[in-house]
Amino acid sequence: MNTTLRDNIDWVGYVDWTIRDFHGYNTDRGVTYNAYLIRDEKTALVDTVKAPFADRLLQSIAALTDPAEVDYVVCNHAEPDHAGGMSQVLEVLPNATLACNKKCKAALSKHYDSSGWKTHIVATGDTLPLGRRTLRFIETPMVHWPESMFTYIPEEKLLFSMDAFGQHYASSQRFDDEVPLCTVMEEAKTYYANIVMPFGRQVAKVLEEAAKLDIEMIAPSHGVIWRSHAPAIVEAYTNWSTCRPKPKVLVIYDTMWDSTGRMARAIHEGASLPGVAAELIHIRSSSLTRIAAEVLDAAAIAFGSSTLNQGMLPMAGAVLTYLKGLKPVAKAGMAFGSYGWSKGGPEAVDEYMKAMKWEVLREPIRAQYRPTSEVLDECRTAGRLLAGKAREMAADRKAGERLCVDP
Amino acid sequence: MAYDMTRYACTVCSYGYHPMKGDPENGIPPGTAFEDLPDNWRCPWCGASKEQFVPEKEEQSDVRREDS
Repeated sequence: MNTTLRDNIDWVGYVDWTIRDFHGYNTDRGVTYNAYLIRDEKTALVDTVKAPFADRLLQSIAALTDPAEVDYVVCNHAEPDHAGGMSQVLEVLPNATLACNKKCKAALSKHYDSSGWKTHIVATGDTLPLGRRTLRFIETPMVHWPESMFTYIPEEKLLFSMDAFGQHYASSQRFDDEVPLCTVMEEAKTYYANIVMPFGRQVAKVLEEAAKLDIEMIAPSHGVIWRSHAPAIVEAYTNWSTCRPKPKVLVIYDTMWDSTGRMARAIHEGASLPGVAAELIHIRSSSLTRIAAEVLDAAAIAFGSSTLNQGMLPMAGAVLTYLKGLKPVAKAGMAFGSYGWSKGGPEAVDEYMKAMKWEVLREPIRAQYRPTSEVLDECRTAGRLLAGKAREMAADRKAGERLCVDP
Repeated sequence: MAYDMTRYACTVCSYGYHPMKGDPENGIPPGTAFEDLPDNWRCPWCGASKEQFVPEKEEQSDVRREDS
């Protein structure tokens, strides 16, 4: 496995092949925790790994250098998947000084006993000369936590981008041109949707800052390193963070006795028009992770639930609760669903859509017990309405941007 | 009455509240002084409460400018 990014700059992270649940995120392809070692007149480690794998990180470092030679450990992000190994690492690297920003130091001190750590506080614009190469720091608050930070090496046009541009993707290779690009992009999109989506405004600002840098290679803290396709992932982030939808309609539903299911299929049938991608998603046959990824670039969403105990089905509620936190912006939507003797399911969905500030295109479509042929016709008509709206939204490239980017 | 146009910074995430801009997305019209924000107003970036904000000058070196 090639782990060399540049002369004396190496990946020393850990590939977690078997993890499938990353705090609720379905990691169907596993995860990597990326750490990087830069050997120059001074030696610096950029980030660590999750605590259980700190030994493996230290072995990888020891294979390249005497641990006593490591002068700095940069912490770009205090979350335990990157900083979890910090205590062990600083214990074993006797001459290492932790380099991090003020907020990161505070966050680390809440997680760990950091009282004995030598710490060098850095802020945006500060540099740490290593010899031929220099580390330059750029704080990126809320991409993904308050203390999140990029580290950039101008001499190598290399950006250590922490969680940004990452993917949960374990592979035998470390670079984007050594694995199928469609798989990397799919995982990058899933990662953005599930981790980064709530911070779209901050991402847009960070991309503005990044555009001022000369970047050839982007080394995130998860997944493969962008060596050949860096412009592609930056363009994808630009599209996602400025809420540019595709002409795509989702019909997401859960159903008890298939009445809401019949309505969903009729809406999907109506929405399946030329130039529109219409997708049918049964919540219990899918996952929160997958649904979030599909919602990211959808324009219009029909969301259905049968009525249970005067409310939504619980898994429909789980999806909407999750989506509300992820703050998908610039969506059009409508609710639908069946009920027996008391209403509640579609009405609760409708309230969620309004709370998320989606453009609700019409009042909920309801069916008592079983959808009649008239109700199914109404569903097909609503599907066509969603498809037309999706086309219109996708054609107006700036529509989302007006809603989701600070002026 | 003159508006108090002091900018405030979120101590958690560095978001800057500009009275001139307000927070229209969350129902705060431009020209709203920080003091006049409702008590349940939250940082639009990270959800921090109003008490977690400080006038910008106190934490100037730490604040990412929001000028546009």
